[in-house]
Amino acid sequence: MAKFTVPVIAEYLETPKLQPDVMQGAGPFVAKPDMQKALGFPEQLVDDWQHVALDKMGELLKKYRSLQVYMDACVKCGACTDKCHYMLGTGDPKNMPVARQDLMRKVYRRYFTLAGKYFPKLVGAVDLTESVLDDWYNYYHQCSECRRCSVFCPYGIDTAEVTMAAREILASVGRGQKYANEIIGKVYTIGNNLGLPEPALRNTLEGLEEDIFDDTGVAVRLPLDEKGADILLVTPSADFFAEPHVDGLMGYAKVFHQMGASWTLSSHASEAANFGLFIGSYDNMRRLTLRIREAALELGVKRIIFGECGHAWRVAYSFLNTLAGPFDFLDPRYPIPQHICEYTYDALQAGLLTFDKSANDHRVVTFHDSCNVARASRMGNMAGGQFIIPRALIKASCNHFHDMAADTIHDQTFCCGGGGGLLTDDLLELRVKGALPRMQALKQVVEQHQVTHMAAICAICKSQFSKVLPYYGFEMDQIISVHQLVGDALVLTPSE
Amino acid sequence: MPFGNEGKTTTKRAAGATRHAFPSKDDGNENNSFHPTHPAHQKPQKGGSSYKMILTAIYALLFYLAAAVLLLGVGYKIYQYARIPAPLKIPTTPAPTTRRGVALRMLREVTLFESLFRANKWIWLFGWIFHVALLLVVLRHLRYFLDPVWSWVVLIQPIGQYAGFALMLGLTGLLIRRIAVERIRYISSPSDYLMLVLLLSIGGSGLLMRFVLPTDIVQFKAFMLGVLSFNWQPMPSDPLLLLHLTLVIGLMLIFPYSKLLHAPGVFFSPSRNQVDNPRERRHVTRWAAKLEDAA
Repeated sequence: MAKFTVPVIAEYLETPKLQPDVMQGAGPFVAKPDMQKALGFPEQLVDDWQHVALDKMGELLKKYRSLQVYMDACVKCGACTDKCHYMLGTGDPKNMPVARQDLMRKVYRRYFTLAGKYFPKLVGAVDLTESVLDDWYNYYHQCSECRRCSVFCPYGIDTAEVTMAAREILASVGRGQKYANEIIGKVYTIGNNLGLPEPALRNTLEGLEEDIFDDTGVAVRLPLDEKGADILLVTPSADFFAEPHVDGLMGYAKVFHQMGASWTLSSHASEAANFGLFIGSYDNMRRLTLRIREAALELGVKRIIFGECGHAWRVAYSFLNTLAGPFDFLDPRYPIPQHICEYTYDALQAGLLTFDKSANDHRVVTFHDSCNVARASRMGNMAGGQFIIPRALIKASCNHFHDMAADTIHDQTFCCGGGGGLLTDDLLELRVKGALPRMQALKQVVEQHQVTHMAAICAICKSQFSKVLPYYGFEMDQIISVHQLVGDALVLTPSE
Repeated sequence: MPFGNEGKTTTKRAAGATRHAFPSKDDGNENNSFHPTHPAHQKPQKGGSSYKMILTAIYALLFYLAAAVLLLGVGYKIYQYARIPAPLKIPTTPAPTTRRGVALRMLREVTLFESLFRANKWIWLFGWIFHVALLLVVLRHLRYFLDPVWSWVVLIQPIGQYAGFALMLGLTGLLIRRIAVERIRYISSPSDYLMLVLLLSIGGSGLLMRFVLPTDIVQFKAFMLGVLSFNWQPMPSDPLLLLHLTLVIGLMLIFPYSKLLHAPGVFFSPSRNQVDNPRERRHVTRWAAKLEDAA
């Protein structure tokens, strides 16, 4: 099945012996000239790339306090060295968070610090050579920006910030990544990552309405571009047809139906995902979020709700107000923006939803905390609500729920292995190996509690697990959406 | 020049400092037979006076230089960190939702090393022991800079002396891990080992002076007070003291240019010092706001 060796799941998660440079390589496919151009980056590696790169680095050091402090503060204590799922899955020491940061820190020291200018060998500073640039491209595309390292760092150093800066520098000298940049371009031209135009989207939604009707006998609507609706739902485009995402989308529709809510999707903002985050480009991230603002204004909605998507929720919860606000035209009585899980949870708390839990009795469920939700955002009005609320929804709709090991959930959760712009087949080996820690924890609850399904609230997690579960002897459909569980157990009232 | 007052005045000042600095009832071990507190020892020795003058001048000037580099260098870095904007809300969540909560998170981080504790118990143990011991040792050393000595500095003197051993223990543990643990060895540069060696040498020379080869601490205090008041007094010249001081001066000099910047840096780390309230309060910094104006 694979051209590489799939790691063996051990009884306990072990820190592997270091295998230097075992993941050395050319990295993912490089963006083609037109993809670079569409995002405002040079079409190919520029002639004086070294100067351009160093200038960009100097600029970013002045724009982001995080980068400046993180470059200076690391003491090489080693706390993070066994925390990255890619390190645990591959054994390549450059996948240790500190070593990944050091790829940039060594260059920072050489050109931006006194010690590195005069005593480079002493402090491990290096020149920015082409081989260093190659290492950057390769290893900064082996980081899913999941922030697990930042939880454990005594200074909170977040490798994701360094990775984003590195990718922005790479794109700025003409070495962008094909997967992410091509997708961002599609959003600009068509409106979503999948390149699904408005007629196709409308057609898909009608098909889903029919599916729900066939299944339940209830006419549940999935409206598109309906002006004057109260709620704009922005969801990852994978929700429109990928499995198991689409079952989640039908779940949201059922909840809205049951609440009698007036809601709509938008063809202009038919994408919650924001790959601008992954490539560290503030400008592109902002341009992508502005589409949501435009759609909200155009449709005249009062609220914005996001579907199940991890990094999209990070951008929505943490950045939307900054990037595309102020949202003074929305109803201030509701959080701006709101997560679909928060919406369903509030309805549940208010006693407005009835569940028949037995509908999920054939499932024994566990929950995978998605990294960007767990460590870069929140739900509800209390710190840690992002852990409580999805679990409350699962428990309300299922009789059988078991958490995975405590050091693999909540803010210590392991990335699925495909986040941060790595969900592409040219990185399949990395994705399979990076999934190891999560697969290990899953196997444990499968054996102990006969868990049959793992629920998630992230489009990337769902796609990634569908792909990698079979490599570890699981079935691809063992990953499901939280709102699929909700939708299956929700007792629907036929509309008048 | 500070060296203007010499001879008798010098001696008197030194002796005066002595009386305030080491009142017999608080003396503890400092006043036992190891120490040459007999008045005879306090008189500048005629034979070596020009050598002592040069030595004193060198070290006094080095102290001014080191203090200037340390204060200005770290001051500049703090100014730099404070000035650079953090354009996006990036606290590592779950994060406090109030400023007060953030202050508590930071307090736990810098006193208990909370995150490190979750990461690795061994690194935490050695690191925490080292830092607490260092704090005690530094506070204990305040007695050489104060006249009269504050009562709480007198109070911690007994713990402060033995904290030196804990300091060595913590540093040794960290050094052993750096050498023995493959992952940490991989990420270590020469400067990472040298930093530990430097700190171990400072601690080792200090402990040797305290427990084996005492220096004329009274005269040293007179020297230190003289440096602080720009009224130089001759310093003791035993090699161990000179080594100890040289290493400390070296540490002060490299502080703003090394990973020791983690000390001010942690307070500016956005993943730790930001309040989790992006939906409630719109967070916009200077350059981000300019993008909006341009649109």
